[in-house]
Amino acid sequence: MSRPLLYLSYKQDTALLNTPGKRFWTSVLAIAAVSLPFLLTDDLLVVLATACVASIGAIGLNLVTGYAGQVSLGHAFFLAIGAYTAAALSGDPDSTRLIGFGITSVPIWLLAAGLVAGLAGLIVAPLAARLRGLYLAVVTLGLVFIGEHVFKHWRDLTGGVGVGRPAAVPELFGIQFAVDGSMFTKAQKLYLLMLVLLVIFGVLARNLVRSRVGRALAAVRDRDLAAEVIGVDVTRYKMIAFAVSSFYAGVAGALLYVMIGFVEPGSFNLGMSVQYIAMVLIGGVATISGSVLGALFITLLPRVTRELPAVLPFISSSSAAGGITVFQVETILYGLLIIAFLIFEPRGLFGIWNRLRTYWKSWPFSH
Amino acid sequence: MNEFVATVVRGLGNGSIYALLALGFVIVYKSMRVISFAQPAFMMAGALLTGYLVLSMNFFVAVLVALLLTGLLGAGVERLALRPMIGKPVFVIAIITLGVDIVIRTVVNSFIGLDIRQMGDPWGLRQVDVLGAKIDQRHLATLVTTLVVVAALFAFYRWSRTGLAMRAASSDQEVALAQGVSVGRVFSLSWALAAALAGLAGVFLSTGIGLEQNLWLTALKALPVIILGGLDSLGGAVIAGLTVGVIEALVGSYGDNLHPVFGGDFFLVVPYLLMLLVLLVRPYGLLGTREVERI
Repeated sequence: MSRPLLYLSYKQDTALLNTPGKRFWTSVLAIAAVSLPFLLTDDLLVVLATACVASIGAIGLNLVTGYAGQVSLGHAFFLAIGAYTAAALSGDPDSTRLIGFGITSVPIWLLAAGLVAGLAGLIVAPLAARLRGLYLAVVTLGLVFIGEHVFKHWRDLTGGVGVGRPAAVPELFGIQFAVDGSMFTKAQKLYLLMLVLLVIFGVLARNLVRSRVGRALAAVRDRDLAAEVIGVDVTRYKMIAFAVSSFYAGVAGALLYVMIGFVEPGSFNLGMSVQYIAMVLIGGVATISGSVLGALFITLLPRVTRELPAVLPFISSSSAAGGITVFQVETILYGLLIIAFLIFEPRGLFGIWNRLRTYWKSWPFSH
Repeated sequence: MNEFVATVVRGLGNGSIYALLALGFVIVYKSMRVISFAQPAFMMAGALLTGYLVLSMNFFVAVLVALLLTGLLGAGVERLALRPMIGKPVFVIAIITLGVDIVIRTVVNSFIGLDIRQMGDPWGLRQVDVLGAKIDQRHLATLVTTLVVVAALFAFYRWSRTGLAMRAASSDQEVALAQGVSVGRVFSLSWALAAALAGLAGVFLSTGIGLEQNLWLTALKALPVIILGGLDSLGGAVIAGLTVGVIEALVGSYGDNLHPVFGGDFFLVVPYLLMLLVLLVRPYGLLGTREVERI
């Protein structure tokens, strides 16, 4: 047993943290993540908590697009379903204007949001399983537009255009997460909640993709005809991919609504779908940690560009001042980053990380 | 009856805009097997250029110059962003075009600003009487121009040497290369053509009502149109474009009698619903080529 990387069983080889290095660095990362609320200011914590939520959504999209190879531009639609399910469940039951059931416990509305969105995914899946490639992309795009229309007009559920409704109330074991407490501020509590949820959903997804289901999904992605020939039930696995991905989207949608607090029915649009695609591509296709990296990157981007006017005087911070504004810079950066990553670094941030790691591991040899 | 005729003509006018856009999508798809999500950006760019050029020259000259520039922009984008990606999965290339769309559209929007830019077109909101129905001149102009462009395009594909090269590249790129077709030139040309067609659509879309930032959403309606017609069918794009335009106009005019649940602007989602319904029956659209699977 003197050789540390000698595996004696298949189980050892496929373990989540299969090397001492991974175990050590994962613990360091976990400690760092948990201690952040005491080191950073509240506004940064809110951004990080939003990034955790976005990560859950990005993991979901990566499951269907990265692992199963089914291009979906409809992620925003499923996010919206989750957001409104949670908001309706936790809403005020006495309201005459809005649907509400007054259930404020996090696990209940979170699971319900995921399940309703997952169900919607299952309903769409049979249609999606018949289609291939770009036909599917356009159909899921259609879902976003149809969904937007429904959400704008179903005022009992969404509050209507320009009015909206409050998000679900996060409450667990009597702790109110959305208000400042005596020990922790609102931002600190929300950050810790979202961090824990991200870890749970991240590990679940990681386990899913290294199981029988994950291998079947990869087979479907690489060549669905060949997968069918070797005995993978392609339609079934495409449906599983859609359902699980939509479940994750629903959960992320509900939490995103909690983080932002106010959402217009029209904001779950094509732009949001593209944002999630960007997270997956920039982070790394078909990796769970890549999805998290990508979500962090995209969520922190506006924060960074907001600092630009101080450095570059030709960028103004409001549209009234003329010239090019921060928001335009931000949007252009999105576009350019998507293009640049796909051309120069198709494996995304995870690929860069991988190369760095290999470099250190094999130093002083080149490989 | 008069209202019906007016509605149908309006539908045909809007439908021709969809058809022009859809033709662009189909041309790119036929050459590269990729849906170019950059079409909305080219549409806005063409309209914006015309809006600026018309200040200093005749409308028709301005349109021609603007389309030429938009075509060059399209070819440039293809050379810079798409050419390095040949041989990569189509999904990746499609997402690159999404990125291109975001970049170009943001730049164009910063020029448009929040105001509505007038196009200085000769039609404006003037109307003519046809069979007793009041019809906007611009709808007729759009329809006629589209029919001429479509005829020219079909003739180009059918009879010119370059058209033959494009058809060859679309049926098999490697065999076409072996026969001396410059597939790279075919890519450039198809992007230029697609961008120019989108630009033309943008010009007609903004005549009369003016150019504003939200018009790009109209370009996305061409997506259900190409799916309806079939991704690789030029004829399908035209037929589906006109059909969707007319159905949309009819729902818009007579949709108020529908159940209030559908909402007043129900016609906006009609193209997408139509697409879903057709795909349930024919997964490759009305005239698209069915993919043959061999093991």
